[in-house]
Amino acid sequence: MIRTTKKNPVDMIFSVVTGAASFTVIIFIVAILYELVHQSGPAIERFGIWKFLSSTDWNPVTESFGALTNIYGTVLTTFLSLLMAIPVAIGIAVFVTEISPNVMKGPIGIAIELLAAIPSIIYGMWGLFTLSPIMSTYIEPFLKNIFAGVPVVGILFQGTPMGIDILTASIILSIMIIPFTASISRDSFNLTPAVVKESAYALGATKWEVVRDVVIPYSKLGVFGGIVLSLGRALGETMAVAFVLGNNHRITTSLFDAAATITVTLANEFAEADTDIYLSSLFYLALVLFVMSFITLAAAKFFLLKAERKYSR
Amino acid sequence: MKTIFKLILAIILLISFTQAEAAEKLNGAGATFPYPVYSAWAFDYNKVTGVQLNYQSIGSGGGQRQISDRTVDFGASDDPLKPEKLQTDKLLQFPAVIGGVVPVGNLEGVTPGQLKLDSDTLCKIFLGEIKSWNDDMVRKINPGLKLPQGEITVVYRSDGSGTTAIFTNYLAETCPAWKEKVGAGKAVKFPVGIGGKGNEGVANYVKRTANSIGYVEFAYAKQNKLDYTQLKNKAGNYVAPGFESFENAAETGDFDAKKDFYLWLTNAPGKNSWPIAGATFILLAKEKTDSNKNVVKFFDWAFKNGDNKAKELIYVPLPQSLEDKVRAYWKANGLQ
Repeated sequence: MIRTTKKNPVDMIFSVVTGAASFTVIIFIVAILYELVHQSGPAIERFGIWKFLSSTDWNPVTESFGALTNIYGTVLTTFLSLLMAIPVAIGIAVFVTEISPNVMKGPIGIAIELLAAIPSIIYGMWGLFTLSPIMSTYIEPFLKNIFAGVPVVGILFQGTPMGIDILTASIILSIMIIPFTASISRDSFNLTPAVVKESAYALGATKWEVVRDVVIPYSKLGVFGGIVLSLGRALGETMAVAFVLGNNHRITTSLFDAAATITVTLANEFAEADTDIYLSSLFYLALVLFVMSFITLAAAKFFLLKAERKYSR
Repeated sequence: MKTIFKLILAIILLISFTQAEAAEKLNGAGATFPYPVYSAWAFDYNKVTGVQLNYQSIGSGGGQRQISDRTVDFGASDDPLKPEKLQTDKLLQFPAVIGGVVPVGNLEGVTPGQLKLDSDTLCKIFLGEIKSWNDDMVRKINPGLKLPQGEITVVYRSDGSGTTAIFTNYLAETCPAWKEKVGAGKAVKFPVGIGGKGNEGVANYVKRTANSIGYVEFAYAKQNKLDYTQLKNKAGNYVAPGFESFENAAETGDFDAKKDFYLWLTNAPGKNSWPIAGATFILLAKEKTDSNKNVVKFFDWAFKNGDNKAKELIYVPLPQSLEDKVRAYWKANGLQ
């Protein structure tokens, strides 16, 4: 056995190396933030903060830029995709941990992880060439027939279903984030002590009751963590969405309308942004996304910590 | 151990040889549109002269920025820079290849080339003022053609591109309402429609959506046999997009060496000119005479020997008259 003291040179080197590795992360974040603020300087000066965030105008010709349409698209597609992905992901996790026979656990687990390994550009192409025709010929006309006449909800289903819209983009996003939520939920479900579950079964609880009252409450922190991870991915996803969202800088109310997200706008317009203020506005947009993701993740972390403390008491 | 040593030695030798060979190298960056033809020319040129040409298709904006920063030997841009801008950045500019934009539609019962449009109708369609193919304005110029009733879907390029720049310049030039409401540029705020990413995105949306109309590069439309439309040109004739109509536009276009060839080749006056054409340009740094001479040598070679290759790839080579003007421009600037 090696006794480690502070004077051991190997140990010293080891702590310096690991410490340096951790600090690079902080340095990178600060450097990126600095660069974003620095580059977006002219746009911040010209449009201000509130005006940029609240303006729906995005017009390279008149050099008038506002972020609201992009923020709206980002938030809406992220929200819708989480709405669709969370129930499915938790369903998968429950099935794999509690219900499925042991033989099937392996294959399903691998399939989920493979889903996470598919590059996003492939989701984008699949969305454009396969999913969106299916959406526009079958699913969206069907939804329109059912809901378009219903008051209030009907607003969401107006317009010509073209398959290039918020709904298709959200579905693709949800498929992309399911693996994160599902595999983390599965791992946290697995952490539920067998003794607790068995006690519940011994008291005559059904499978549904065990899942609802024992497994999920026990592992809700882990599930929440998985959701936060997927939220981060959905906020930043670019290529998959770029193909099927239609890049439309307008605020629309129907799910069948095209929209634009921050990342898609950046990917589309960066290469050909010819004027300084245009380029600067794109950097400003990136800064807005940086701050948005930071706030979301910080808030999630805060709730997680709070819940953890409550839980450990 | 000995074999490993030998292997390393061999590799080092190999690397040093390739570096010696790559001594003459030209670096360029810019527009994505001419990338296939530049690299095809570069490949042939390398076989003949041994000079390597490395072209990175990072987009016209990037090409302009890189040549202004002097990080490349030449920049390439789909949109011409104004003479004043060239003056301040100390750049030279000349056209290299002609390209153009073709409106493509998806109308049931209408075959490619059947539909005729003029600038007014095209403009009103893209402004969202003409909402159906059955509109009186469209019917008037297409007598006898059975037009579908449904609502028109406009498809535009969502990514900033030279294609959009040429197309919107044409609309702005011919249609005051467009100029006032939308303007021209590589990315504009389209009043109606949906945006596809790249030529393939636009083509895909158009193909899939009934009663839609979009615009793509000529080469793309031709290769994929899309349903192009005929357009009325400045001389009042309806023309179909093709090598002849593009060449005619380039011949009759008013390229002026004094203005560094600054010209949007839209609405050319020729009898058979396709109205939405455009040249793609090369930018050189004025003070880098040595590398400029090499770049010019390359394009001189390409003008002489590259026409067939260009046509194979469905690019329109510069007409002879324009090539002569460019050569005179090189001479005037002491590059040839």
